[in-house]
Amino acid sequence: MSSKNMFTSSVGKKLVMAFTGIFLILFLIVHAGLNACIWANDEGLMFNKAAHFMGSFVVPRILEVGLFLGIFLHIIQGYLLTLENRSKRAVDYAVNYSKGSKWYSRSMALLGTLLLMFLVMHIYHFWTPSRLGGIGGIKSLTVFDKNGVEYHNLYAEMKLVFENLYVVIVYVLACGSLGYHLAHGFQSAFKTIGIHNKKYHAIISTIGYGFSIFISLVFAMMPISFYFGLVK
Amino acid sequence: MAHNNLNLKLKVWRQKNATTPGAFKTYEVNDISDEMSFLEMLDVLNEKLIVTGDEPIAFDHDCREGICGMCSLYIDGKPHGPWQANTTCQLHMRAFKDGDTITIEPWRANAFPIVKDLTVDRGAFDRIIQAGGYVSVNTGNAVDGNSLPIEKDNADAAFAAAMCIGCGACVAACKNSSAMLFLSAKVSHLALLPQGEPERKSRVLNMVAQMDKEGFGSCTNTGACEAACPKEISIANIARLNKEYLRAGLTAE
Repeated sequence: MSSKNMFTSSVGKKLVMAFTGIFLILFLIVHAGLNACIWANDEGLMFNKAAHFMGSFVVPRILEVGLFLGIFLHIIQGYLLTLENRSKRAVDYAVNYSKGSKWYSRSMALLGTLLLMFLVMHIYHFWTPSRLGGIGGIKSLTVFDKNGVEYHNLYAEMKLVFENLYVVIVYVLACGSLGYHLAHGFQSAFKTIGIHNKKYHAIISTIGYGFSIFISLVFAMMPISFYFGLVK
Repeated sequence: MAHNNLNLKLKVWRQKNATTPGAFKTYEVNDISDEMSFLEMLDVLNEKLIVTGDEPIAFDHDCREGICGMCSLYIDGKPHGPWQANTTCQLHMRAFKDGDTITIEPWRANAFPIVKDLTVDRGAFDRIIQAGGYVSVNTGNAVDGNSLPIEKDNADAAFAAAMCIGCGACVAACKNSSAMLFLSAKVSHLALLPQGEPERKSRVLNMVAQMDKEGFGSCTNTGACEAACPKEISIANIARLNKEYLRAGLTAE
C-alpha cells in the first residue's frame, strides 16, 4: 500500500483538475464581482479603484501568482489527460456512443482550447496594459485620483477595446464556451473530490448549472454594455 | 401475439487474432424470428457459415440469462444494444425492424485486446479484483441474521454496487476507455460493509494502481458508463471511490 503517487495516478490527475478547477471558479466569482463595478455608472470610478486595489495590494498580487500557476496546471494537465485518454483506444468505433453523455461533457478539451485562445487575447487586452504598460497596439491609459495619484484607467481600456464589434462577438462566444465548460466542470469537480451523497450532488448540480448560466451572462453583458453604451 | 420474421443485414467485425488487423464483413440473415435473442440470431448465422464452410463468428456468452457478465457486443453504437439496463443475451430481435442494418463491434479498448472477432480478453478486470476486491478474513458459515447490524441504506447501496457483473460495458461506452465504474462498484461494495473495513485503504489504493497498470484511461465523469450499464450501477459510486481514494491517500502511512 502506498500513497506516493496520490496525485499522479488516474484518480490523482482528476483530483488536480478538480482542485485547480474549483480554484478557477472562485477566481471567476471575484473577477465578475469586481468587474460588475462598471455598472455603477460613475464613469468607472468605483471600477478603477477596485482594479487599482487588486493591482497594488500584496494579497491579490500573491493570489495572482497562484492563479497563473493554477491555470497552467489546469491547462497542461487537461491536455496531457486528453492525449493519454485518446491513446487508450487504438481502433475507433465505426458508430460512436453519444446518447449516454452530454456533448459538452465529451468536449471539455475543445471548449478549454477555445477558452485558452480567448485567454491569450484577453490577457493582451487588459492584463498587459495594467501590469506591463501594454504591448503592441495596446497602450496603458492613466487617470488621476482626487489626491493627484496617477493610476491605470482600466475602465477607459474596456471602453476602447469594446468599440470593436468583432472583439465583442469573440468575447460573447467565449462566454458561451465558458458556460458549457462550467456546466460539466462544476458538478464534475465536486464528484471528483468525493460528493457521492445523492441529495448533496443534486444540490451541487443545480447550483452548478445556475452558476454556469449566470456567470457567463454576467461576463457577456460587459462587452455588450460597453458596445451599446449601456454604461456611462 | 403477432409473430414477425425479420430479414437483416449485419455488419460484423471480423478479426483473426490480436495481431492481425480486422475489418467489417457484411452478412445477410433471413427469416429471423423477432422472439429470438440477439445471440440466437448470431447462432443461426454461425450455423449457416459452418454449412457453407466459412469460419463462424466468435463471440462471448455463457449463462444467456443476463447474470454472468460474459456476453458483450457493441451493437449499433451502444454496448449491449439499444435497450436500457439489458445484456446482449437478453436483447431480443423485436428491438429491430425488418430490413435493418445492424453494426456489431467488439468492446474497443487497449486494455481489452481482441482475441478473435467479437471476443475480447477481459482478464484486466480479474487482475483488478485480485489487487484488492476481496475480504481476506475467513468469514465462516453464514451468521445469524442481524447479528452484525448494517444500516439499511448502506446495505442497499452495497447490494446495488455488488450487482456489477464485470461485463466491461462501462469501458466500452467510455470515450476514455476508463474502468472507473467497474472499479468503483467493486470498491463501494466492500467499503460500505463492516467486513470490508479492515482493508478499506489498501484496497482502493492497490486497485487503482492495478487499473492504471492495465492501461485503462482516466474518468472524466461524462456519464456514458452509467447509461450503458446493464445493471444500472450508479455513477455516484465513482464519486464514492474518489472519496475513498482521497481519504486513503491522505491518511495511509
